[in-house]
Amino acid sequence: MKRMSLQDYKGVFVFAQQVDCVINGVSFELIGKGKELAADLGTEVTAVILGDGVKSLADELAAYGADKVIVVDDPVLKEYTTEPYTHAIHKIIEKHKPEVFLYGATAIGRDLAPRVSARATTGLTADCTKLEVDPDNKKLRMTRPAFGGNIMATIICPDHTPQMATVRPGVMKKATKNPSAKANVEEFNPGFEKNNKYVEVTEVVKKVSDKVDIMDAKILISGGRGVGAKENFKMLEELAEVLGGEVSSSRASVDAGWTEKDQQVGQTGKTVRPNVYFAIGISGAIQHLAGMEESDIIVAINKDEYAPIFDVADFGIVGDLHKIVPVLTQKLKEERAKRNA
Amino acid sequence: MKIIVCIKQVPDTNEVKLDPVTGTLIRDGVPSIINPDDKAGLEAALSLKDSLGAEVSVITMGPPQADAVLREAMAMGADNAYLVTDRAFGGADTLATSTTLAAALRKIDYDLIITGRQAIDGDTAQVGPQISEHLDIPNVSYAEDIKVEGNTVIVKRQYEDRYHTVKVQMPCLVTALGEMNTPRYMTPGGIYDAYKVKKVTVWGRSDLEVADGEIGLKGSPTKVAQSFPKSVKPAGQKVTLDADEAADYIIEKLKEKYVL
Repeated sequence: MKRMSLQDYKGVFVFAQQVDCVINGVSFELIGKGKELAADLGTEVTAVILGDGVKSLADELAAYGADKVIVVDDPVLKEYTTEPYTHAIHKIIEKHKPEVFLYGATAIGRDLAPRVSARATTGLTADCTKLEVDPDNKKLRMTRPAFGGNIMATIICPDHTPQMATVRPGVMKKATKNPSAKANVEEFNPGFEKNNKYVEVTEVVKKVSDKVDIMDAKILISGGRGVGAKENFKMLEELAEVLGGEVSSSRASVDAGWTEKDQQVGQTGKTVRPNVYFAIGISGAIQHLAGMEESDIIVAINKDEYAPIFDVADFGIVGDLHKIVPVLTQKLKEERAKRNA
Repeated sequence: MKIIVCIKQVPDTNEVKLDPVTGTLIRDGVPSIINPDDKAGLEAALSLKDSLGAEVSVITMGPPQADAVLREAMAMGADNAYLVTDRAFGGADTLATSTTLAAALRKIDYDLIITGRQAIDGDTAQVGPQISEHLDIPNVSYAEDIKVEGNTVIVKRQYEDRYHTVKVQMPCLVTALGEMNTPRYMTPGGIYDAYKVKKVTVWGRSDLEVADGEIGLKGSPTKVAQSFPKSVKPAGQKVTLDADEAADYIIEKLKEKYVL
């Protein structure tokens, strides 16, 4: 790679992930954080969107605060595969020389960003939960959990650009939407040529789910090993229904086959920050806490008074969930009836 | 067919405890294991060996005691083992690690390289894709299943809400998910062979064609500026109540917080 002076690199770029022409929520979170960083750096935030027929999505990125949108529109980008996506991002880096490039820590971002980092010979910090600009040297400080969340490490990439990070979905805040914003679009063609690194997607199988994404829920009723059986989750669903919430779970419940992977909260699942998080029969392993401790209010019910979940719970009840949950649901129904009367 | 599986020795984080005073990790006495995603990758390679015939090699980069995970892999059925170890490789971030491993892999014949998706001590998921970039071969990450047909590998590639079936030409690299399979146990005969018959090839700095500026701490674009125990918010209230009282208590608190 051509060595350039680090001062030649300018701008905060974010990878705006889309699948089936639907922009992933983490993209807006990256733009929101990118705007803050850009303000500290005295520069702008540029969203980069890759896909097939995605030009019309540019205004949505502007609505969430992107100063500029680079669109690479090509049939080869219809389904995500590593090589053409890497090629496009790498060519954009060569052309625009951004000082910061952010990606969502998704199944796509965590494949694309490392391949780009190796091609561009720069550093990459994974799964960041905090990003800030060092006021002294204007370098990016990237903080991430290590060892399953026990330790936090702040990483810097002082002598290579772009400084790159993947960011955990659900952690950064979106900017307020301005629906009338119009994007300042640059269409870019990096020139795609098939090579040995191209792969063929022969089948796309979507998991059918009519459930609301737990990352969007305001109230989560989350069940763990203590729930004891798949059929006992019915009780949690009833509580969720009366509160207008959704059911999520710990990894133990997913591993036991009681709940689905997309309901899993934690280090290897999703990061959630609902208004209220009910941890029911969840002991609170550090990996679970990593995914939910930013919730506004945490209510825990567990029969083990020493369960670590009580260390993060605002309101902890030591008791039998199998007795408490049905009574709570019943009383909430009565409350609702009273109010509607 | 020649398959190389990249494995990493990691502390068993399920056993890691925090020092209640300093908030740092207590590492003493914590057992080391083969990283779970890597072990699943090894099992996938050994299954291919069982069904199609293959030579399976394992490689690791780490301190000399990482020999233990190579022996375990051979006791499970791997044919060859390579230990990449040198103080010069120490302090490497993912880019320097992948550069070093790629330099070692260039010295071995392969059709398929399998790595775990990520290691439980770092969780970065970067080294596999970076190795493939250095070797200029295709990669498919997050494999739930790996099949081989002729010169192509068929991978079931997991995403959050779907999977893709991906066809990729060998030579290629695939990163394996831990939930892909249940790794086999070592056999008594396998353990005997791993320690008494099979050899671990040890490579140091001088065995690899790689520039000084690309390895170890010096070859790492990222640096740890600071590490600290996670700040914990103070514990809230904890009460022991029967079902009726508990329900009233929760409702009262939700009202106080204007949730109800």
